[in-house]
Amino acid sequence: MKSQLDPKVPVGPIEKKWQNYQLKSQLINPANKKKLNVIVVGSGLSGAGAAATLAELGYDVKCFCYQDSARRAHSVAAQGGINAAKNYQHDGDSVYRMFYDTLKGGDFRSREANTYRLAELSAPLIDHFVQQGVPFAREYGGTLVNRSFGGVQVQRTFYARGQTGQQLLLAAYSQLYKMIHAKKVTMYPRSEMMDLVVIDGKAKGIIVRNLVTGKLERYAADAVILATGGYSRVFRLSTLAIGCNGSAIWKAHKKGAFFAAPSFTQIHPTALPQSSEAQSKLTLMSESLRNDGRIWVPKQKNDTRVPKDIPEEERDYYLERRYPSFGNLAPRDIASRAAKERIDAGYGIGRLKNAVYLDFKHAIEKFGLDIIKDRYGNLFNMYKKITGIDAYKTPMLISPAAHFSMGGLWVDYELMTTIPGLYAVGECNFSDHGANRLGANSLLQASVDGYFILPNTINNYLADEIKSEQPTTEHQEFENTEHEVQKHVDKILSINGTQTVDHFHRELGKIMWQECAMSRNKKGLKKAITQIKQLNKDFWTDVKVTGNQNEMNTELEKAYRLADFIELGILMCEDALEREESCGAHFREEYQTKDGEALRMDEDYSYVSAWEYQDGDFKLHKEQLEFEFVQPTVRSYK
Amino acid sequence: MKVTFKIWRQENPNTKGEFKSYVVDGLTDDMSFLEALDHLNEELVLQDEKVIAYEYDCREGICGQCGVFINGRAHGPHPNMTTCQLHMRSFENGETITVEPWRAKAFPIIKDLVVDRSAFDRIIESGAYISSKTGTAPEANAIPIPKAIADKAMDAAACIGCGACVATCKNASAALFTSAKINHLNSLPQGKAEASERLEHMTYQMDIEGFGNCTNTGTCEVECPEGISIKNIAEMNSAWMKQKLLG
Repeated sequence: MKSQLDPKVPVGPIEKKWQNYQLKSQLINPANKKKLNVIVVGSGLSGAGAAATLAELGYDVKCFCYQDSARRAHSVAAQGGINAAKNYQHDGDSVYRMFYDTLKGGDFRSREANTYRLAELSAPLIDHFVQQGVPFAREYGGTLVNRSFGGVQVQRTFYARGQTGQQLLLAAYSQLYKMIHAKKVTMYPRSEMMDLVVIDGKAKGIIVRNLVTGKLERYAADAVILATGGYSRVFRLSTLAIGCNGSAIWKAHKKGAFFAAPSFTQIHPTALPQSSEAQSKLTLMSESLRNDGRIWVPKQKNDTRVPKDIPEEERDYYLERRYPSFGNLAPRDIASRAAKERIDAGYGIGRLKNAVYLDFKHAIEKFGLDIIKDRYGNLFNMYKKITGIDAYKTPMLISPAAHFSMGGLWVDYELMTTIPGLYAVGECNFSDHGANRLGANSLLQASVDGYFILPNTINNYLADEIKSEQPTTEHQEFENTEHEVQKHVDKILSINGTQTVDHFHRELGKIMWQECAMSRNKKGLKKAITQIKQLNKDFWTDVKVTGNQNEMNTELEKAYRLADFIELGILMCEDALEREESCGAHFREEYQTKDGEALRMDEDYSYVSAWEYQDGDFKLHKEQLEFEFVQPTVRSYK
Repeated sequence: MKVTFKIWRQENPNTKGEFKSYVVDGLTDDMSFLEALDHLNEELVLQDEKVIAYEYDCREGICGQCGVFINGRAHGPHPNMTTCQLHMRSFENGETITVEPWRAKAFPIIKDLVVDRSAFDRIIESGAYISSKTGTAPEANAIPIPKAIADKAMDAAACIGCGACVATCKNASAALFTSAKINHLNSLPQGKAEASERLEHMTYQMDIEGFGNCTNTGTCEVECPEGISIKNIAEMNSAWMKQKLLG
């Protein structure tokens, strides 16, 4: 089995690996590219970037998304920025420093060669987006501006107000529609991938549900690319869009793709706190706010005074206290855990005592209101729209929330999963972030995967596929797979129980948040697995979904997505249970230092966990992490 | 909190729709408007009824997928806000809230409150891009763009494509949407090369999709969640006239 986990890292010094790879990679002549069909599932930054670029190269591309338009994909919601090692600020940045920051930020649980490539391709990516018309922030003289993000001491983040994700996504969407106009891409909006079709061990197509007519459709291709984003909606309350789901990668997992580090989930420190049981989502407030905002709680427990009545000496700026060299810009996992520590100790604020303050008083005094408005105006407006509170006058209330999935389908250096011909790009793969992702590296990874890496690696596989027969949707495997999907949908509709889909999702979310989020322990995880297995049984005997399959049926969509989330939840807990160490966002209470910091166990756990699905059970495979160029150290931000 | 929702129900594009009333209890002030509809849908399921179809995704005002008419206003009672950002504290206890889909010829109804806005995608497809391939870009700082120009491009680029401008306009005009996109790209040095074709093709596409003409009523900028200014329309019209007259 070990051969299946060959990461295919090219030889040579780290700064030459990508170049060496490209030199040795197979090429396909333009006339042959036209004959090759590629399916892209997802139209966010990685999906749209891949679809547009592959079409420019000459492939015949089909792109699918569940939303009404490619422009809605959740990349749109990333606020703060995108990192690149341009060293425009002349502050000592370099590709190597960015690589090191990312590797250290991920607590040395990612593959060196992938992480280096991420940093290496960051600079040309900014060139690309500027050329596509992204209105990044500029100095008066016309050059590009940078700001800082958590976990680094240089300024390498590029941004377009608080809407960087939106601007990058719209650029990718425009480029995609340029290729649709050129008839090189066919777009299928309101279409959901229901399963993967594997023929003779290779990915050869997908079964799709048309979300308007409800009908099942078959699409064949020479390769399938999944660009379906993160799965933190498994917690129900998260910063993700309501439609974000893990179904495409879960179906691929059940068809043989290994799932890597499923439990590595980033809990973002600055979201708006939950205010009621009916809440459907937690809105993120960009990490960029921590450039100027200071986080604190009262020094006194259960302090009911309003913030302005609490004098300076009675405030605990706990991040500045615990991590003096990074202060409020400590990485996300550390900032979230520190908030949880204060909240659990009884210092939380707000009606449910589940929040901390993010205060701009000092920044406004120092820079003036206009500068702060210019930097964060849209975020303050958003805060006011949602809470009704003016954060220029009183501190924001913020709280940790489930955010990014570092885990995802296991991929090798070429971004191919363990199923030949099936690729995973962007957040849905496990690749560059290890056990914790640094802020503003998400847009970066999605973009370089889609625009630069995949279009260079897919040749290597497709060059051989030209020789094999083109798949057709008449093949028996398409018939069988569609039949399985049909049975699955029929079963959900036939249960006619007594509880809504949302009820089960709330229950799953509570278990996952309690036992598999910011802090985990053996006992809790074991309990969670039992509880989720019971929840799974209850779902399949007691869920109630009204309406039919052959119509727009939003309740049915929620139901089949949740069915996959429940199974994924079990694997996440199994993964967290297996890893008896703390690293990055994975904090096992049993493994911590005297001051409550994560305690890594490099000797035993310096590997990527990759899980194989085996009839409802999961078998662990290990990709040993080789650190050739960097010596893992204790990750300190003190 | 208890309210009555009067909601447009329509099975599919070929059937006749009608308003149906639903009394919903157990709501709270801090619930969002869409969470109140979620709550109603859960009740409908338990009563063995089909759920109401409405659109949303990000629920933080940026994806542009949500959008309904609430008490006669696009995205509800407040200016410059999306439906997902609206909260129940904006309504009175006992109030009747009328909810309708966007109504415009170019946005046909699919089901209940869901409409087809693919006309917007086709306007984008007709020219809202810069024709450079991946891998061909020059160094990012090679072409300085003064802050004022970058800021102006960003103001226009902020459009979320929700369609409130069309829905609220008595002519169902897409002039704000189209002009914002044209101005975003045409004001940047990278977009200049294709500026005149872009203007020509996108305005042409806007017409053939069946959107009405702009008569400068200004309602669009009031409802636009991003507050995009109607100056964009003036600029587009003036550039169009110049192009027609001077070539």
